[in-house]
Amino acid sequence: MFGMGLLKHGKVLLVSAAIALSAGSAIAEQGATLKTVKERGMLLCGAHPGRYGFAAPDAKGRWVGFEVDLCRAIAAAIFGDGEKVKFVALSSQQRFPAIQSGEVDVLPRNTTATLTRDTALGLNFSPPVFYTGLGFLVRKDAGVKSIEELNGAVICMAPGSTTEQSVARIFAQRNLKYTPIVIENNKELASAYVAGRCDALAKDRDALPGVRVYDAPNPDDHVILDGTYSKEPLALAVRHGDDQWYDIVKWVMYGLMEAEENGISQANADAMLKSGDPYVRDMLGVTGDFGAKLGLDNKWLYSAVKSVGSYKDIYERHFGAGTALPLPRGVNKPWTDGGLLYGLPIK
Amino acid sequence: MADAQILPAPGRRQPRVSRTAAWWLKDRIFSSPFHVALSIVVLVGAAFIGQFLLRWGLLDAVFVASDPAACQAAKGACWAVVYEKHRTILFGLYPHSEHWRPTLAVCLYLVSLTITLMPRFWNLRGLALLWACTVTAIGVLMYGGLFGLPEVATSEWGGLALTMIMFTGTVVMGFPVAVLLALGRRSTLTLVRSVCVTIIETLRGVPLITILFVAVNVLPLFLPAGSSVDKLLRVTIGIAIFFACYQAETIRGGLQAVPRGQYEAAQALGLGYWQMTRVIILPQALKIAFPAIVNHIIAALKNTSFVMIIGLFDILNATTSVMQDPVWRKYYVEAYVFVGLVYFVFGFALSLYARAMEAQMKKGHH
Amino acid sequence: MTMMSEARAGTADLRAHATTATAPGAPASQRRRPPPRRSWNWNDPGVRTFTYQLALAAVLAFVGWYLYDNVATNLRRQNIATGFSFLGEAAKFNISETPVSFTAADSYGRALLIGLLNTIHVSLVGIVCATLVGVVMGIARASRNLLVSKLAGCYVEFARNVPVILHVVLWSSIIRNLPAPRQALDVLGIGFISNRGLTLPVLVPDPAHGAMGLGFLVGAVAAVILYKLIKRHGERTGRYVAPLPPALALVVAATFLPWLLSGAPVAFDMPKLRGFGFSGGMTVPPEFFALVVGLTVYTGAFIAEIVRAGIESVPKGQSEAARALGLKPSSIMSRIVLPQALRVIIPPMSSQFLSLTKNSSLGVIIGYPELVNIGNTIMNQTGQVVEMVTIMMIIYLGLSLTTSISMNLYNNAVALKER
Repeated sequence: MFGMGLLKHGKVLLVSAAIALSAGSAIAEQGATLKTVKERGMLLCGAHPGRYGFAAPDAKGRWVGFEVDLCRAIAAAIFGDGEKVKFVALSSQQRFPAIQSGEVDVLPRNTTATLTRDTALGLNFSPPVFYTGLGFLVRKDAGVKSIEELNGAVICMAPGSTTEQSVARIFAQRNLKYTPIVIENNKELASAYVAGRCDALAKDRDALPGVRVYDAPNPDDHVILDGTYSKEPLALAVRHGDDQWYDIVKWVMYGLMEAEENGISQANADAMLKSGDPYVRDMLGVTGDFGAKLGLDNKWLYSAVKSVGSYKDIYERHFGAGTALPLPRGVNKPWTDGGLLYGLPIK
Repeated sequence: MADAQILPAPGRRQPRVSRTAAWWLKDRIFSSPFHVALSIVVLVGAAFIGQFLLRWGLLDAVFVASDPAACQAAKGACWAVVYEKHRTILFGLYPHSEHWRPTLAVCLYLVSLTITLMPRFWNLRGLALLWACTVTAIGVLMYGGLFGLPEVATSEWGGLALTMIMFTGTVVMGFPVAVLLALGRRSTLTLVRSVCVTIIETLRGVPLITILFVAVNVLPLFLPAGSSVDKLLRVTIGIAIFFACYQAETIRGGLQAVPRGQYEAAQALGLGYWQMTRVIILPQALKIAFPAIVNHIIAALKNTSFVMIIGLFDILNATTSVMQDPVWRKYYVEAYVFVGLVYFVFGFALSLYARAMEAQMKKGHH
Repeated sequence: MTMMSEARAGTADLRAHATTATAPGAPASQRRRPPPRRSWNWNDPGVRTFTYQLALAAVLAFVGWYLYDNVATNLRRQNIATGFSFLGEAAKFNISETPVSFTAADSYGRALLIGLLNTIHVSLVGIVCATLVGVVMGIARASRNLLVSKLAGCYVEFARNVPVILHVVLWSSIIRNLPAPRQALDVLGIGFISNRGLTLPVLVPDPAHGAMGLGFLVGAVAAVILYKLIKRHGERTGRYVAPLPPALALVVAATFLPWLLSGAPVAFDMPKLRGFGFSGGMTVPPEFFALVVGLTVYTGAFIAEIVRAGIESVPKGQSEAARALGLKPSSIMSRIVLPQALRVIIPPMSSQFLSLTKNSSLGVIIGYPELVNIGNTIMNQTGQVVEMVTIMMIIYLGLSLTTSISMNLYNNAVALKER
């Protein structure tokens, strides 16, 4: 009864508000974000408070990680300086209100692009920058080899992430039972698993090595189950309603992928300026006016690649063979190598 | 009011002439066979706990060690975890090279607090000025950007320094609001009264967490597009308003207890409402409600720890994050006990102070 | 009244302030008299009051409109979904503790109901435990035995000066670091303590249990009647017989008679280690346990202070008189002191119960699925933060209101008995 009342009331209010405000609604929001960012002299980037390899402050408090570098690339494209970015640590609950309200300009934060988020949450998503899926970390001595053996297990996970829904779905599909323990605080979550409160930790598969290496006293006591159990395409989110800003974020991401496909890297960016290939010269802003079309400096992609490198450079820096968390590239390589990364042509 | 009930009933204590040790033993410890048995049980229990705490916390404990291996060998507490991580516990993510700034800010704060607690400086205008200066100075010190200090964003503030800042902000912002709400609730203007009652009763009826959710997640949507208020400021305002609603009720209790003759005398002198309130009524009301006011100030200090839920690095959350280090993780009890002691020292000191002041005020009256 | 001269009106206004100060309500009703017809004059209290209120109303309306306009613009411009229709959509997540059935296919609304039930569950258990701890500690604190009162004093000071969140986090860490189920600690051979909680055997349900419940109800009704009869008999004849023991005996007899008649069936479902944990028996989950212990230790300290103050508020002459009459010390406490202290204890107690209920929202930190935790998940999945925070606040307001109304009723009952 009460709920129905609220429901009706809410709708009436909103409809009347919509009618009342539709007259004066043509607010020039186009370009507002870029203008704000330029005036501030700083890009605000919503980051995961601590997901090793993706985003986490290091011992000196400097943010490092794959997603951190994506933000630095955007900052470099705008300001020509990849350091003009400030990272705001956001919990999974705070991330959407933060981007919606303008507390941050762009939200990488391990966010899976979904239809609901794209529509009802008032967001727009860049092309996926990292393809991953649900994975499980378990204790080695439990002897678990497959998800079927997790029947009856206690599983730790973060609230409201797509993880919670995916776990429910895959366990239901296999007719398995489990007890979810849902903890928002990232550190509490990891310590609950490590202390043995849960039999398994469910997270994006590629975030699990970080937990294993950095959170567990002995990494060898834990194994990641084989198999990826859901589709989690991670993408950068921006606010709905500012197409110019959306274009910038989208094309910086495509640009990093295109740079890899065309053999441009942080190391050879300067040399490539003199490339004989007109397409490369266009990309790097030696010729053409692609930067201007985006509302940026013509050297936008050159600056981005110069400051953090191509997609490949960024990936190798954080997940390459020599790093603490080596991850095979899997599908996260260019389509020309059989991967899923497909930068649209900069033409 | 609740505080009045805590006082012992009049005439409860009779004058006692001789209080020898034997009298104490007989009267207060071994007064009957039941009490003899009870005392023995309590003594044995207390001795057991006491010697355990002494050995664990002091004799067998490791105080300084850069390697947790030293702790593993010892049987007692590993206070080394606190020593090793003290910078994070005290200052959170604040840049290492700038740690003198929060240190100075905390000292400044402690000096102002000490001055405020001394009755000889009790002067409404003077204290307001003092705290305005203190808050400005702490703000400039912490945030920087002036006098060649590098800028440090509020998102990097943390640890004990952040707890202190939020506590100060809560009381400095919340107290005036509390006074206004209390006066408003007793106003003769129907609208003013009902607005104040609504605010006070609504906010007292919901958990602090929901108010923090509003401050962090909802409030930004209520501001015009493109404008933004600093998250730390929003959160502190949220805690301050919550504090104000509780404090308003204790102040209202004080206002109600001011004798009617005081109002009449003030009017007879021809004082206006605000003048009467400020000069005659409020000082008496605050004095009457003093113990309860201090209780709520202690509660405000403890309430700042709720920001852990929304991811600010106060002393508790900074300590939790320290426990993320796998090699030190085992010593979580020591770390939490340390943080608990910090809160305890502040809270207990304030409540002892309140009790002493209360006794002094009573002496002054009779 | 209209004859009142303008010059005196100002003083009357001040007096009105003063009188409300001591007796709120009465002057307010005086103020609500229809304002006398007079020409506009700033010294007229009616005019001034009216202007102030009008100004305040205008400010409130403007602020309200401004905020509403902002939020409506922001939501619409960004195409963010609004309204409460999401409550009917499928939740698609699971919850660990479900007092009523819940699956991922059920709605968000039902998920919220589960959260509310868990909040009520943990609060009720917490209130009972905190009251027990508080009453024992409060009596100990008021004890003439110096050792006992100092020890209780230590507990009170340490427990209440540390934030409740630290209590909860510490207990949750301690329980999490208990041994795994395979190395669980044995409790007197009946239960197990492990990092999966406290596991205890439960009675296997038997048809006789239903009959026992029925017997209990019948016995309880009969016992109340018996109690009144004995009491009236005692009052009439002057020969006092304690009415409670026979009444209790009647309840016990009525409850256990059907059980004996059906052959006294006792079968326990003993917990056994299987798979990842225990199967069989009943498990108190660690999150629930940590939350209850944390809330109990913290709130118990405040209740102890309230109980102590209540006991000390009873004039000493009362217990001295009782002692002179030859009552036992335990009877003095239970029959003379506590009933009188209750009057003082109840009102502040209800605010402690309220604060415990509100603090149960700390379950969100340690992963107990109470209202805020589940609300958090829903907020994340639907993105409808404004609606969800509003719902949570309304539910807590409702809980607060219910608690304070029932405590007021109880308070009235206690107060009436006194006369």
